[in-house]
Amino acid sequence: MMSTVQLIPAKKELTVVFGGDWSIETPFENVSDFETLAKSPFSAVVFSGESVRRWDSSFVATILHFITVCKKEKKSYRFEKMPDGALPLIELALKVPPRDLPPRANGRKPFLDALGETSLSFFAGCADAFSFCRQAYASLRRFLRGKAVLRKSDLWLALQEAGANALPIVSLICFMIGLIVAFVGSIQLKLFGAQIYVASLVAIAVTRVMGAIMAGVIMSGRTGASYAATIGSMQVNEEVDALETMGISPFDFLVTPRLLALSLMMPFLTVYADITGILGGAFVGIVMLDLSPEEYVRATMNALKMRHVLVGIAYGASYGVIIALCGCFQGIRCGRNASAVGKATTSAVVVSIVLMTVDTAVLTFLFNMFGV
Amino acid sequence: MTDFLTVSDMTVAYGDNVVMKDVSFSVHEGDIFIIMGASGCGKSTLLSVLTGLKEPAKGTEVFNGTDFWPGTPENRKNAMRQAGILYQSGALWTSMTLAENIALPLEQYTNLTAAEIRDIVALKLDLVGLAGFQDFYPAEISGGMKKRAGLARALALDPKIVFFDEPSAGLDPVSSKNLDDLIVQIRDTLQTTIVMVTHELPSLLGIGTNSIYLDVDTKSAIAHGAPRDLLKNPPNEKVRRFLNRGA
Ligand SMILES: Nc1ncnc2c1ncn2[C@@H]1O[C@H](COP(=O)(O)OP(=O)(O)OP(=O)(O)O)[C@@H](O)[C@H]1O
Ligand SMILES: [Mg+2]
Repeated sequence: MMSTVQLIPAKKELTVVFGGDWSIETPFENVSDFETLAKSPFSAVVFSGESVRRWDSSFVATILHFITVCKKEKKSYRFEKMPDGALPLIELALKVPPRDLPPRANGRKPFLDALGETSLSFFAGCADAFSFCRQAYASLRRFLRGKAVLRKSDLWLALQEAGANALPIVSLICFMIGLIVAFVGSIQLKLFGAQIYVASLVAIAVTRVMGAIMAGVIMSGRTGASYAATIGSMQVNEEVDALETMGISPFDFLVTPRLLALSLMMPFLTVYADITGILGGAFVGIVMLDLSPEEYVRATMNALKMRHVLVGIAYGASYGVIIALCGCFQGIRCGRNASAVGKATTSAVVVSIVLMTVDTAVLTFLFNMFGV
Repeated sequence: MTDFLTVSDMTVAYGDNVVMKDVSFSVHEGDIFIIMGASGCGKSTLLSVLTGLKEPAKGTEVFNGTDFWPGTPENRKNAMRQAGILYQSGALWTSMTLAENIALPLEQYTNLTAAEIRDIVALKLDLVGLAGFQDFYPAEISGGMKKRAGLARALALDPKIVFFDEPSAGLDPVSSKNLDDLIVQIRDTLQTTIVMVTHELPSLLGIGTNSIYLDVDTKSAIAHGAPRDLLKNPPNEKVRRFLNRGA
């Protein structure tokens, strides 16, 4: 049997008779009739539960909804023959009046408000990032003067994590990149019978910028994200507070070793990426284009210029600083729950890749200007 | 008795949201001072102000004779060397073993040799009943053990004052009683002053020597005194109900 609600208007009172089986599994009685009727001039509402056979939360929720309407229309109400246990539940629900909390800004805001707020928070974020960088710099100087508190083993671990442990993935990706550049280039160059120029194409492209970019993207996904997640969950766990109240700067203890490790390792990783990239190109040149190994090596050596390699290292080193700062910044500023750690990790990767792009543009412009 | 910690007219806010207004109290040496109140009244917030993590909107705190708020970060840092803190979650550094956790403050603030530090670490772990757990990582021990290990770390530098945030939350009644006994023992043997946030009635009535009650609605301290006296002569209805489990 379905739940029923009968509305019986009398002169002074409106009687609401509930009946049937109330269950949250079936849609329960529509309440809009009551809302319209409640507007008419009764002084009181009587809720009668006489013919209710079974009930659960759906019954109580409906009555609470009616009571809210009564309160709004300033009608008094009373109960008659309610099923056992329903009244205490209703009383419990009504016991604590809703707190007068300031309205939360949910939902859509007018466009200009949203725009204003977004830009304000953007500038606040920039100022915050700037002060973070200043603190990181101060901490680095403390480290250089031997005054920073950090564990040597942490620094070693970070160096190993950002260096040796990253080699397999860097090898794989950069070998593939060298392969792809050579393959795509060879299709065009073959048209002119100029396959041998694949060697210089790969050598210059990879050493000058591709190696550094690939190493940077890999490290931001691998190491930057891990910095944000590690420091972020320490934040959630009050571990960062524990450091701070013990007079140990979280910058000295957490940020500096990571910043140093990644900044020191990125130039090496870049060179390593260059080498595997060139090997990838050589694979295509020798196996698919039937160039002889000696020929390929000679062409590569001719194209390889120290200045290209140094430019690549400069890119790589700047990426290292960017990735480490972004990861640590997001970790230190992380909120106090699990989803905040997720957000911090995502932002660390996204922001560092965006900044790497900007950095590449600026450096490329400068290198061009000075003719390097 | 001298005051170890004096707070006057302190107002604390998150942005525009004022959490407490004009709170004043002082903690004497050797007190077990309880901060109590309903959930959300700002106990943890007050603790983070007292330990220098959050700046109050207004008011002063004098900590062991030094101006804490207002004061310089350097002052606060020096003053905090006299303090140990046990966080609500233990807050052990998860990448270090228990021994390394306790050794870190010792390495930083003393000139002890590695062997001496090892002995002190062993002593602190013995005190909290974790003898032999030196090489365990925080993830390998239970919640109650983490609390005790956190206490051992808080006691590493023989602090004059220890702050506790809900030490017995999440512990079974027996462990919780044991922790209370441990706290009293530490106070008696090491002459440590203790400031403790808790809403465990048996614990605060059992060991508290002084307290304040923070009220959510008026955002102020509405009772002040030893919890047992407050139970006998409650100054108002809210405190009476709190100390009688809402009866
Ligand atoms: N980081 C924060 N930002 C903004 N408001 C906060 C923040 N932390 C706490 N609050 C607010 O401050 C008030 C006090 O919070 P606090 O955590 O100090 O309560 P509590 O007394 O420790 O509660 P409990 O007993 O549940 O731990 C709460 O109303 C909360 O909404
Ligand atoms: Mg709390």
